[in-house]
Amino acid sequence: MSSINRHAEQRSAEIISNKKIGAYHHMVFAAGDMAAHCRPGNFVAISVGGTGSSMILRRAFAIYRASDRGQYGGTIELVVAPHGQGSRWLTGLEIHDVVNIVGPLGTSFGIPTEPASALLVGGGYGSAPLFGLAEVLKERGCRVDMVLGASSAGKIYAPLEGKRSVNSLTITTEDGGAGVKGRVTQVIPGLIEKHGSEIIYSCGPMAMLAAIEEISSKEGLLHQCAVEEAMACGIGICMTCVLPVKDSSGVIKMTRSCIDGPVMDGSKVIWDSSRKIPEGTWGFNG
Amino acid sequence: MDNQFQAFDSRCKFGGKYFPSPIFTASGCAGSGKELSQFFDLDELGAVVTKSISVKPRSGRATPRMAETPSGMLNSIGLQGPGIDQFLAEDIPWLIANNARVIVSISGETIEEYSSLARKLRGVAGISGIEVNISCPNVENRGMVFACDPVASRSVVESVRRNVGGELPIIVKLSPDVTDIVSIAGEVISAGADGLALINTLLGMAIDIDAMRPKLAGKTGGLSGPAIRPVAVRAIYQVHAAFKNTPILGMGGVTSGRDALELIMAGASAISVGTANFGDPTAVTRIKKELIELLKERKFSSVAAAVGVAHEK
Repeated sequence: MSSINRHAEQRSAEIISNKKIGAYHHMVFAAGDMAAHCRPGNFVAISVGGTGSSMILRRAFAIYRASDRGQYGGTIELVVAPHGQGSRWLTGLEIHDVVNIVGPLGTSFGIPTEPASALLVGGGYGSAPLFGLAEVLKERGCRVDMVLGASSAGKIYAPLEGKRSVNSLTITTEDGGAGVKGRVTQVIPGLIEKHGSEIIYSCGPMAMLAAIEEISSKEGLLHQCAVEEAMACGIGICMTCVLPVKDSSGVIKMTRSCIDGPVMDGSKVIWDSSRKIPEGTWGFNG
Repeated sequence: MDNQFQAFDSRCKFGGKYFPSPIFTASGCAGSGKELSQFFDLDELGAVVTKSISVKPRSGRATPRMAETPSGMLNSIGLQGPGIDQFLAEDIPWLIANNARVIVSISGETIEEYSSLARKLRGVAGISGIEVNISCPNVENRGMVFACDPVASRSVVESVRRNVGGELPIIVKLSPDVTDIVSIAGEVISAGADGLALINTLLGMAIDIDAMRPKLAGKTGGLSGPAIRPVAVRAIYQVHAAFKNTPILGMGGVTSGRDALELIMAGASAISVGTANFGDPTAVTRIKKELIELLKERKFSSVAAAVGVAHEK
């Protein structure tokens, strides 16, 4: 298990773009050298509310894309859903406003050493880190098929430039407003068969990740998922974002999703463990 | 005479031990030390106060373990940790090798467990003190919170003192959730405490009105952050008024040098930074710099000179 974020730094970052796209905001930050160290799956933690804010904790966002050189130097792009007070504050900022940012944080998606057929599955704005991943996979000669699901069409995040790096894109919506009516899990088995998928990469709500793992283990595929747990610090010191995960010797331990994740091996995670500690967890005696 | 060329004395002292900086981390708010060392040199700190370590490994509580509240947060970690043996084998050697001064925080469920932890620490080279955490609110049975009972508090500290010998400073961490913190402080001082850590979190709760259940899986949690700072100032002021010669490691929502100075003026000899580390990984170095600037502006030549000055006015 990792214990530090080797390339993490804290810095100011100027907003150079902030555009509303469907239910989300696409935001671009001038982040200097930080951008060069970002890998698909990493996240950043941003202070919200301004000086003297009553919101004392940073908000964590998966990195959508990072580019280490351009007109503004290194840039980091995020897809932000203005759900709560903190993310609404952030999306309400204007160009040239400056935020305090810590990153890149956490683990990144593992890239196959040989070209493989990969299925990327995203729920809601969980699609954000998958487009950067798709680009890297394509560069390595992988086949990349993508499935994006959400409750309605406005909550699908699938920008034009992202679509270029995938071989196929399937959309599912629960209300049937776009693509296939239903959930991502309904279309995954068919896509695995059709494209000979060997590895699944996923990002989205925990219930979706759990359902994907069920399919993945049945099919005998590898499954790398980016988990989502409430975090206070994002840097591994507060122990709030834990979930039960089997370590290399099979022992279940409460494991930090910020530093030993967010990207984890789906087969090692003990799913459906919210509000309870699984029997047999290391150090559990209740 | 302008005193700008006079060296500023930023030391503080607990028991027989001097610490070069008045800013410490708070227990449970610095991980293993490694995670923060990515952002600053641990030698900048007076000491790293470790997470409270138990005799055996602890999984901690189920999730959700955290809820943000106005100017604060609730946590219900439940003392997750590897147990004392693995901690001494892995965490401590790393901290010492990286030039951190270390205060080991210990937590037991029984007096015998505190004794056993103290015995294990007695011979450990390189540690600078012990924090006896008798006030963690995140335990299943509130009856276990020794710091709510003067007799139990005394027994724990006596057993630690007996087992650790006379060398290592003992700092006892108290709970603000008591009717009379001064009487608890008196008991632990007479039982052999060299210093007091004030304050631990306050027991709190938040309810998700959509799910219609407590936000935390453990239902209740410890409230920390700027929201509790006035409670810390009050507790430190009261205890310092009664026991001027016992140094206090003050904590509770310190986010800036100004906040640190407020606690020092109330009677703290040094400051621990906890929740602020979560929002700002370099909080401790910033707070230290701000504090020393504020003290110099006010013509203090040392941190010690400002301790408890609010009592004199």
